[in-house]
Amino acid sequence: MTEKKTAVTGPPLEAGPIDMVTLTIDEQEVTVPRGTTLLQAAQGAGTEVPHYCYHPGLSSPAMCRMCLVEVEGAPKLLPSCTTTVADGQVVRTESDDATRMRRGVLEFYLLNHPLDCPICDQSGECDLQDFVFAEGREHGRGRDAKRVLGRDDFGGDVLFYGDRCVMCTRCVRFMNEVEENPLLTVVDRGNRSVIDTFFDEGLEQAEWGGNVVDICPVGALVSKDFLYKARAWDLEHTASVCPNCSQGCNIDLHTRDNLVHRIKPRTNPDVNGHWICDYGRATYEWLNRGDRLEAPVVRAGGRNTAMGWTASLEALKGRIDALADGLGKGSVKAVVSPFWSNEDLGAVARLIETLGGGSIVFRSPRADAEVALKGFEGLARRKDLTPNARGAELLGYERVGDDAGQGGLDELADHDGVVLVLGDALDDLPEGTAKNAALVVYFGAYTSLALISADFQFPITTFAEQEGTFTNLDGRVQRFWPALSAPGAARPAWLVLGALSGALRDEAGPSRADQAFALVAQAVESYEGMDYETIGAEGVQSNASAPVRGD
Amino acid sequence: MGYPYSHPSEVPILSKHFGDPEARTLDGWRARGGYEALEKALNMSPEEVVDTVKESGLRGRGGAGFPTGLKWSFMPKTKDKPHYLLCNADESEPGTFKDRELMRWVPHQLIEGCLIGAYAMGAEHVYIYCRGEFFEATQVLAKAVEDAYEAGIIGEDILGSGKKIDLTVHAGAGAYICGEETGLMNSLEGDRGEPRVKPPFPAAVGAFGMPTTINNVETLCAIPHIVANGGEWYRQWGSEKSPGTKLFCVSGHVKRPGNYELPLGFPLKDLIFDVCGGMIEDRALKAVIPGGSSVPLLSAEEAEGCSLCYEGVVEAGSMLGCASVIVMDETTDIVRQVTRMASFYAHESCGQCTPCREGTAWVTTILKRIEDGRGTEDDLDTLVEVTDQMTGTTICVLSDSVAAPVQSSIKKFRDEYLALIRRGERVGAA
Ligand SMILES: Cc1cc2nc3c(=O)[nH]c(=O)nc-3n(C[C@H](O)[C@H](O)[C@H](O)COP(=O)(O)O)c2cc1C
Ligand code: SF4
Ligand code: SF4
Ligand code: SF4
Repeated sequence: MTEKKTAVTGPPLEAGPIDMVTLTIDEQEVTVPRGTTLLQAAQGAGTEVPHYCYHPGLSSPAMCRMCLVEVEGAPKLLPSCTTTVADGQVVRTESDDATRMRRGVLEFYLLNHPLDCPICDQSGECDLQDFVFAEGREHGRGRDAKRVLGRDDFGGDVLFYGDRCVMCTRCVRFMNEVEENPLLTVVDRGNRSVIDTFFDEGLEQAEWGGNVVDICPVGALVSKDFLYKARAWDLEHTASVCPNCSQGCNIDLHTRDNLVHRIKPRTNPDVNGHWICDYGRATYEWLNRGDRLEAPVVRAGGRNTAMGWTASLEALKGRIDALADGLGKGSVKAVVSPFWSNEDLGAVARLIETLGGGSIVFRSPRADAEVALKGFEGLARRKDLTPNARGAELLGYERVGDDAGQGGLDELADHDGVVLVLGDALDDLPEGTAKNAALVVYFGAYTSLALISADFQFPITTFAEQEGTFTNLDGRVQRFWPALSAPGAARPAWLVLGALSGALRDEAGPSRADQAFALVAQAVESYEGMDYETIGAEGVQSNASAPVRGD
Repeated sequence: MGYPYSHPSEVPILSKHFGDPEARTLDGWRARGGYEALEKALNMSPEEVVDTVKESGLRGRGGAGFPTGLKWSFMPKTKDKPHYLLCNADESEPGTFKDRELMRWVPHQLIEGCLIGAYAMGAEHVYIYCRGEFFEATQVLAKAVEDAYEAGIIGEDILGSGKKIDLTVHAGAGAYICGEETGLMNSLEGDRGEPRVKPPFPAAVGAFGMPTTINNVETLCAIPHIVANGGEWYRQWGSEKSPGTKLFCVSGHVKRPGNYELPLGFPLKDLIFDVCGGMIEDRALKAVIPGGSSVPLLSAEEAEGCSLCYEGVVEAGSMLGCASVIVMDETTDIVRQVTRMASFYAHESCGQCTPCREGTAWVTTILKRIEDGRGTEDDLDTLVEVTDQMTGTTICVLSDSVAAPVQSSIKKFRDEYLALIRRGERVGAA
């Protein structure tokens, strides 16, 4: 007799007292809220009932018939995705009947499936491959010619390999129910059924269409961008936050050979569910840019010289010390980029405070309108196309410039104090910007023409190369982790700025991201009491007031 | 009056006016006692009507034989939502052709039955879903509905009772699966004709998400007679479990195929050899499909003692279904017949469920291969196993329907399969 364990799981709790139900799944006692499906209850108990058509973000048509389980007393096997729990129910997912049926369904799929796994992008993360490997027949009995449907360009980034389709209709349901833009449909019936677009209109009309590639359980819908680029098993997955708008969708960065190969959504019911937008998904090439600052550069005698960190920072400290008397209060002007983390941005404020104060502004590109995902409340591609504009605002920084993320920096030209730039390469400004300044320091990831003759240029990492937090427009603080190794000598900005502030204050700067965050949490009221570790992979809502929607 | 043939054994109640064009018209129908049952029902309480139907023991004529009165009593009594009555006139089961005749000859009988049913269940709207290919029947019915509206029989104030019931005739686009009750609802709503997962059942969530009852044409046509004469009256025919009369659609190798209205429990043998005049050219009987293509075949021996009521046909090894009797003589190539049926189901599967979508097509492919003389004995085992996996595993029972002819024919006519597989011998080829 196996030991009885009790697991508590189920759908998100609704308001009011919860009615709990106790049942047995595969000899294990489970207690879940009434209304939970057998499939979810089993999931909570650690048993994954194989399925294709069921997806937690969509309706359940119970049509693939893979998730049939035995329920004691029921005359037939029941679909676990739609059957809900009842007290005292005895469920067997591994009974002879259930396993025989799954083997049968898998055989049905393989009758017409091309099994071109060696050249299929889904291979390695394919539910058909996995389930057949686990439970399928050793030898197929199909002797007849397979049905051939061929390929179709569905528009946008999506390519359709009809022969691999298992007709789960997840893609159709996503477009109907979630994007609410019915661009896909089932054409014909029986085993002539095929997924298609309507006439010449395809997924190029969609804004969230890439999600169908993610939810397709097999290699029927694949990304054109990713096509043949990498094998699934060669990719590293790193939990991250989408850097392409202020919604802060949770994502995984998939990398190989120190390059981001694709962005995939990471499930977070509070932010983005299972979804990300096409813009966010497609906008990752900048993380692979090659024109990186790789070593600190110091300008002396009209020449730029690469140096080590210690020497260059000492040189900067020397310049600041020498200037110290001449620096009036508030004479620092800083420009920061909201593509950088709270820890990085916060470190700028600390440095400027050390230097006697000044102004900090940021610029961010903004789209004309939001692109809402109608079927998932609270999710939209936001107007602000940076991940941390809210973080910058909460730090008290002022937004300047236009919707292209340009302009607004006219004052730099005549400024004779210190100019500090973090992240923003000032691409709209000419070479020799801020030439009247007493000191120009650029903490950047990319070479900047405008700042090519800055007194100091320090190579810093992008968010993809470091850990840290972004604050989304709702004021939710979310963590990301390093997915790429930093180029050359590049270091996180908070580490560099912290070391500099520390040296000027005669104290130790932060050496870990959690320490850097703690400094920000101290400085920003909305983050009061927040702790880096507890933010976890799904983020934590700060006390920041509700944002103005549409940002 | 029978149509096209009649026979003294018949008890013509529903089919009494078959072949009589005057019965089609409103005046003609009234002259034949039409709409008196409706008048009577309107003077009863809805519960009394339901009870009368329960008493009669009438069972659904659409195939499943579910007791009609009981089905009606599932409808919620409270009326916080609209209720609907659907009439299933999609008749597409191979071998079945009774509903079409009922609509062609006595459309007002159906309308009357629909209105009584709607009244009994508090339904405010009746939809008659006609098979797409029934052009003539649909036109006849639509004309009758128009006349009944004009005469105040349907509409705002039916027969001056103050009751409002509307009726719409909806033509399908021609798909067998739209005859499945929930597939019909989806189709009626404008979606793909795909059966829905149950529960929820139609009485709770049916057409347009509202409480709905769905009945076959023949079921509803029996209603006026039951209401007019009482439940006990109806029980004078048939058996305890299968009361009343039923239209039998006989096709195949008999001398006089057609619709015959007979008391349930009528001997199958007499139906073939007496009522239908025997086998064509007096050839020997080989097999009978007693209830439409989705029920198991009976061999000649099994047919011999079969009594045509719900329980009698089960006893003989098949099902009464919609009483569509397909008679096959000794020249029939069983493999070919079964292949033809399987390909029908493969063509008509809606394609949602994997076992049905892939299974119906696979079974057809294997059968075609056997028929072409390229089969193996293993194929027979595969067929049995595959059809097993298609049974009881899908959303609706279309998938199960393939198992019936395939498994029963392999069991009862294995020799014919083997003759083809081993020696390429085909029945009736010579
Ligand atoms: C595949 C399939 C096709 C069906 N086609 C018909 C049909 O054409 N006409 C019909 O009345 N019932 C048909 N039925 C049965 C209906 O689902 C339903 O049981 C019937 O309409 C109920 O009416 P009744 O209770 O009056 O028999 C079909 C069922 C299945 C599974
Ligand atoms: S979809 Fe899956 S099983 Fe099919 S070819 Fe691709 S990897 Fe292989
Ligand atoms: S393309 Fe993919 S998601 Fe769409 S129905 Fe086919 S298998 Fe399912
Ligand atoms: S059993 Fe066949 S016809 Fe019925 S719902 Fe499933 S796929 Fe459609």
